[in-house]
Amino acid sequence: MLFKTASSPHNNQAYTVDQIMQRVLLALIPGTIAAIVFFGWGVFINIIIASITALTCEALMLNLRGRPIKPYLTDGSAMVTACLLALALPQLAPWWLTVIGTAFAIIFAKHLYGGLGFNPFNPAMAGYVVVIISFPREMTQWVPPLVEGYTHLNFIETFRLIFTGIAPDRFAWDAITMATPMDILKIQLGLELSINDIHQHQTYGPLFGSISGIGWEWINGLFLASGIWLAYKRIIDWRIPVGILGMLFFLSNSFALYDYASFTPPTFHLFSGGIMLGAFFIATDPVTASTTPKGRWLFGMGVGILIFIIRTWGGYPDGIAFAVLLMNLAAPLLDYYTMPRAYGHHWYEIPGYHKEDQDE
Amino acid sequence: MSILTAVITLGLIAGIFGLLLGYASIRFHVEGDPVVDKIDALLPQTQCGQCSFAGCRPYAEAIANGEAPINQCPPGGETTILALADLLGVEAIPLNAEHGEEKPVATVAIIDEQVCIGCTLCIQACPVDAILGAAKQMHTVIEDECTGCELCIPPCPVDCIEMIPLKETLETWKWPLPEHTHTAPKI
Amino acid sequence: MTEQSNRLSTFHGGLKLDGHKTMSLTSPIGKAVIPAKVIIPLHQHIGDTGELLVKEGDKVLKGQPLTLSSSYVSAPVHASTSGTIVKITDHKIPHPSGLSAPCVIIETDGKDEWTEVSPVEDFRQLDATELRNRIRHAGIVGLGGAAFPTAVKLNPGPDQKIDTVIFNGAECEPYITCDDMLMRERADDVISGIQISLYALNTNNGIIAIENNKPEAIGALNQAIKKSNATNIKVISMPTLYPTGGEKQLIKVITGKEVPGNGLPADIGIIVQNVGTMAAIHQAIHFGKPLISRIVTITGKGIKKPQNLETLIGTPMADLIAQCGGYKDDAEHLVMGGPMMGFTLTTDQLPVIKGCNCLLVETSELQKKSRPTMPCIRCGECVRVCPASLLPQQLYWYASSKNFDKVQDYHLFDCIECGCCAQVCPSQIPLVQYYRFAKTEIWNLERERQKSDHARMRHDFRQARLDKEKQEREERLRKKKEMLAKKQQQENAESGEEDPKKAAIEAALARVKAKKEQAGLTPKNTDNLTAGQQKLIEEADKRRNQSKAE
Repeated sequence: MLFKTASSPHNNQAYTVDQIMQRVLLALIPGTIAAIVFFGWGVFINIIIASITALTCEALMLNLRGRPIKPYLTDGSAMVTACLLALALPQLAPWWLTVIGTAFAIIFAKHLYGGLGFNPFNPAMAGYVVVIISFPREMTQWVPPLVEGYTHLNFIETFRLIFTGIAPDRFAWDAITMATPMDILKIQLGLELSINDIHQHQTYGPLFGSISGIGWEWINGLFLASGIWLAYKRIIDWRIPVGILGMLFFLSNSFALYDYASFTPPTFHLFSGGIMLGAFFIATDPVTASTTPKGRWLFGMGVGILIFIIRTWGGYPDGIAFAVLLMNLAAPLLDYYTMPRAYGHHWYEIPGYHKEDQDE
Repeated sequence: MSILTAVITLGLIAGIFGLLLGYASIRFHVEGDPVVDKIDALLPQTQCGQCSFAGCRPYAEAIANGEAPINQCPPGGETTILALADLLGVEAIPLNAEHGEEKPVATVAIIDEQVCIGCTLCIQACPVDAILGAAKQMHTVIEDECTGCELCIPPCPVDCIEMIPLKETLETWKWPLPEHTHTAPKI
Repeated sequence: MTEQSNRLSTFHGGLKLDGHKTMSLTSPIGKAVIPAKVIIPLHQHIGDTGELLVKEGDKVLKGQPLTLSSSYVSAPVHASTSGTIVKITDHKIPHPSGLSAPCVIIETDGKDEWTEVSPVEDFRQLDATELRNRIRHAGIVGLGGAAFPTAVKLNPGPDQKIDTVIFNGAECEPYITCDDMLMRERADDVISGIQISLYALNTNNGIIAIENNKPEAIGALNQAIKKSNATNIKVISMPTLYPTGGEKQLIKVITGKEVPGNGLPADIGIIVQNVGTMAAIHQAIHFGKPLISRIVTITGKGIKKPQNLETLIGTPMADLIAQCGGYKDDAEHLVMGGPMMGFTLTTDQLPVIKGCNCLLVETSELQKKSRPTMPCIRCGECVRVCPASLLPQQLYWYASSKNFDKVQDYHLFDCIECGCCAQVCPSQIPLVQYYRFAKTEIWNLERERQKSDHARMRHDFRQARLDKEKQEREERLRKKKEMLAKKQQQENAESGEEDPKKAAIEAALARVKAKKEQAGLTPKNTDNLTAGQQKLIEEADKRRNQSKAE
């Protein structure tokens, strides 16, 4: 009898890439539902558009690159990219904006660098940055939360608005879209209003909810919960989100203590915008983050610092995309200098150390 | 006047950097020119002369002097070309077929001792003294010393030398590279 | 006595694996039937092969040496049962390459007749050198799998002071139970072997390290220690974590020390020995019996009756499988060693060798779950589990791109091939094979470099010799010319003529004359000779002819 050969270990294996991606998608569901509940069908339609675009581009690129389509298309990585990007876009972003962002993410940021596992930048964030730089006006088409006192569109109206740009007659355009609490805060702080003034403002005040904005606090809370679940399941590394949130909390708290009136409090920082999505789902993308334990601490802390800087002094209300991309750039360097000390070796035996010594 | 300032400034900058470069070239001067040794170390030392030079060392000297391209060594094959390209900082080029083809497996010469007439011609041809024998005595190849250069084959008047592939042993066996390699992304 | 595990250290990474050990623990150690023929490879250990002592047609007795080890790092092999040597030839051996190697094939006579043995009553009467010699001639090698000659390990050298000897009963790989069963059933043998080792190493600190999933073995050993009043041995129970049984990991757990990157455990005063090896030492010293059998675990989901069998070295694996009820229908892989570090075999027509601790038959169920290899997504799980604190994904990257310098910079040779990284890899990359590939490639490159250095040396030597010969020839020629020229000058001076043309002609004439004389032509100047002169000439001619004839 002849036996088949195989490489060791001859044992059943742990998670597969598919299972990792599936669990990430699963973990996105609660927060996404909250987003739909609070901000309407636009979120849902965006996810559908982005997913179709991502899968089409993925299949196209795999075909062009002569790679097997099925195992890669079903690995779920394109879906994750699509969902993350769609959740980051404004709810009423026109369809072509979502298509352009997703297509850029998959074609340029992912496949032109070699596909899954080879992209140096987070594809979703690369796509996001392209659209926010190219189409700043469309990127402000956020909707007010679905609570009393604000307008809300039904599914058909939302669908029509996204695909044709035609707003329903019963509402003025200004009533349909509205700046997010983060935008408001940034603009009003720029106008020398104090945090307290803004919170008690006649028009904007109610938007801020109890912590950081109606709806946003729920979305972020749910992403935090499912993120903790992912970390517990060891799908993501806990060091990166802890690094980001810890750093952001430390900095915002320090500045708020220094000047309560003109620096946003840590509670707002930690529960507004895309922070939890960014900390648990985007920055933890293993392909583009650091791989060593120490490197991951530094990576997370770096993202946290950059988010705080961009939010406080930068030109964009939420700096997650830029912060993540900048730290992606630093990941190889972090990996190199934070290598673990190999068993039986000294900590200073960084690979290449002796080599360079000899070359001199 | 402003043009004069610009010229002076630029001139000063040029002067400073010139001095800096001059100093650096003295301070970081590398002694000797071991490049021939380095090239020679990468060549397989079969001394077969397929490169059209009289041995590995002369070929190494020719490469170092820029008189020969790096793709003339069939025994070294692709590995040697890549190593040379890496050392010299030039682009790797495919092996020049005029000089022969890379053998898929290493071979050694073996003398059919029934046929050998003991003419010593092969002994004189062997570049590494790997053939043992004397006039009118049977010759034999010391397998461990043979580089597989095939220089002994043409001189043999009775055609009794053959190249046989080197047998794989437990010591020389290598684990194969796994089939699926994803590290070289195709675009 | 058994110490609590709270004082122990830990190593980085590691994995908690399903043991799958109970399936082969249900019955006591059985005895494998003597096969119709045994195939004994001459090389079953790390080091050199011994010289053959027997020839085809010889009758051999059980325990009779077949080879003699002349080099230091080597171990002889012995006939594992009595019979006739039918052939000494290349036969397939259990090796990942599937290659053949020289083997002695013995047709057994079923009598299992022992050769003369020389037992030792009290080993303390002998000195360490004599003990090592006996262990060496008994062909004992490390039975944990690596098969390094034990006598060499017991001789750390005069400068090395060994203060701790760890006896490895961890058996951390899933499925394997041969050491567990041995410790349960033959604890006294193990303790006796340990006493011999401690005596040979001149140390009083023996530690038996066992994973805490083997309480029976721990109990049996403690009882044996009590019985023999051994105060120099203690049993330590360790947490079950793969690969605690790895030499370096075990040292870290027990002592908290790390073996230096390019050093040996002996460098920090520690030696690790497998418990199975100790039982073999006991047999070799107390009964004079060489290593001709070992306990093999035959297990896996694809085998009908998993169990441990005391097996003669050289028994074909197929015979063992048959004794265990044969394969189940869905058997698909035959693995030598455990599931984590073992390698697959293509056939069961292979002999059991000294380093074969387990035969694992896996079913197709294993393969169904796995998908094609995906690219590395840098998830870092491999970094988390690596017990050598390496960066497996970097090693993989450089190994697959054949960057052999870089892969060594990342400490490839500190990799113990435990398989943890490949086990957790979500992309199902056969990481360990990449490392094995890189290691063998690097060894091969090193061999080739040595060979080419050798060829360069021989070529340079030949070149120097040829140059020297040429120079010598030229030198001779030049001297001759000089001499001729001198002579000419003298003659010229005598005759008072300086014409070089004439001198050259004369020289040529002289040469012709000399040649003619050599050719045996009679000199022309023979007129007017006296009788005496004539006689002298005749004698000279005679001499010339004589020398010519010779």
